[in-house]
Amino acid sequence: MNQLAVTESDLHAYVDDLLGDARSKEVAVWLAARPEEQARINAYREQNEGLRALFNPVLNEVVPPRLTAALENRASWFSPSYLRLVAGLLIAVVSGAGGWMLHGATQTNMLAAVKNSNGQVVLTGFARQAAIAHGVYTPDVRHPVEIGADQEDQLVTWLSKRTGADMHPPKLGKLGYELVGGRLLPGESGSPVAQFMYQEAGGQRLTLYVSTDQAQNKDTGFRFAQQGTVNVFYWIDGKFGYALSGGVNKGELAKIAHAVYEQLDNKPQ
Amino acid sequence: MQDERDRLIACIPRLRRYARALISDRTGADDLVQDTMERGWKKLSSWQSGSDMRAWLFGIMHNLHIDQVRRPAIATEVLDDDTLMPMFKATQTDALEMRDLQSALATLPAEQREILLLVALEEMSYIEVAATLGLPLGTVMSRLSRARQKLRAHMEGRVVVSSLKVVK
Repeated sequence: MNQLAVTESDLHAYVDDLLGDARSKEVAVWLAARPEEQARINAYREQNEGLRALFNPVLNEVVPPRLTAALENRASWFSPSYLRLVAGLLIAVVSGAGGWMLHGATQTNMLAAVKNSNGQVVLTGFARQAAIAHGVYTPDVRHPVEIGADQEDQLVTWLSKRTGADMHPPKLGKLGYELVGGRLLPGESGSPVAQFMYQEAGGQRLTLYVSTDQAQNKDTGFRFAQQGTVNVFYWIDGKFGYALSGGVNKGELAKIAHAVYEQLDNKPQ
Repeated sequence: MQDERDRLIACIPRLRRYARALISDRTGADDLVQDTMERGWKKLSSWQSGSDMRAWLFGIMHNLHIDQVRRPAIATEVLDDDTLMPMFKATQTDALEMRDLQSALATLPAEQREILLLVALEEMSYIEVAATLGLPLGTVMSRLSRARQKLRAHMEGRVVVSSLKVVK
C-alpha cells in the first residue's frame, strides 16, 4: 500500500476526528510504531476532553437576561460597549487636544472649561461629558432615552433614587420643548448622572445633564461653551452641576437655560 | 426578523462557553457575549441568510475581543472564588488536573487559545476556523500546534519559559 507521509496537520486532524476512516487508520498504524508521537497525540486528545469537561457545563447554565437585552426593543445603556464608547470618546478628545489640556484636566474639578491655545473655550469635566452624551443620544431615533415621558413618575422616582437627589425634569413646554424622557449615565467620579431629553416640534433636541458630584467645586454663574456643533450652557450650584446642550443658537439656549434655572431654583433640593 | 432573533438567541450558550474559556472571568466573558449579541443584532443585514450564523457570530466575537485586548480594559472584579471556575463534573480526570488545565489555558497567547477552543469546543474544521478568524490555513495550523505543545508542556510541569514580564 502506498501511504502518503503523515504530516503534523494530519496528526492534529486525527486528534480532532477530522480525517476520513481510511486515513485515520493509516495514521493510527503510523503512530503505533512511534510511541513518543503516540503519547503526544494522546495528550492532545486529553486536552480536548479536558476542555470539554471544563466548559461544556456552561452550555446548561441559565443565560443572564442582559445577554438578550440588545434583542429587545429597549435601550440598554448599561451595555459595556456603550460605556466603552463614551470612555473612548473622552480619551480621544483628551489625547487629541494636546499637552495644554493636561493642565486643564487637572483642574477639571475647578473649572468646567478652559481656554485652548487659540483662545477658544473648551469644555472639560462634567460639561464636556454632557456635550458628549448629548452627541451620543440625541441622534438616536429608536432609543433616545431609557424611560419615556409617558412614564415620567417612574423616571423621576428612578433617577432620584439612583442619583440620591430630587430629579424632576423642568417643564419647557412654554418654550416649545416637550420632555422626551431621561436616562442614567455614569458621571466623572462614577456616581450616577441624570440626562433629560427634550424635543421641539421641528425635531430639534436638547439635553439637560445633571451631575451631583460637584460639591468640591465653586459655584459658577452661567457659562457658555461650544463643543463641535453642540452649544452648552452650564453652571454649578452647590453639589449640582447642570449642563444644557443643544444645536440651537446661543441666544435661544440661554433663554431655555434661564427657564431651567428658575424652575430648579424654585425647588429647594 | 423573529426567526433571526431566535437563531441569534440559540447561539448564546455556545458563545458563552467559548467566551468563558477565552476569558477566565465570568463577568468579562458575559460582557463579551453581550457585546457580540448587540453587534450581531445591529449588523444582522451583513449576515447572509443561509450561511452559518454561528461562524459569523464567532467572527464578530473574535473582532470584539481583539479590540478589547488592544484597549485598556475596564477593570472587572472577580466576585468570589466560585466565579473563577465554571462548575464541572470531574470525569476521568480529577479536579486538580482540571484546574491545572484551566490555568495552563490562560498562559496561552490569545491568538493560540482561540484557535484551540474553536477546534476543541466548537469542533470547527480548520478551514472553518480560518474563515471565522480571517486567517490563512497555515497560520491556523501552526498556532494550533504551538498551543497544544505549550499546553502539554505546562500540564506535564515542563514549563521553562518564564511568565515574569519586565515592567518598564
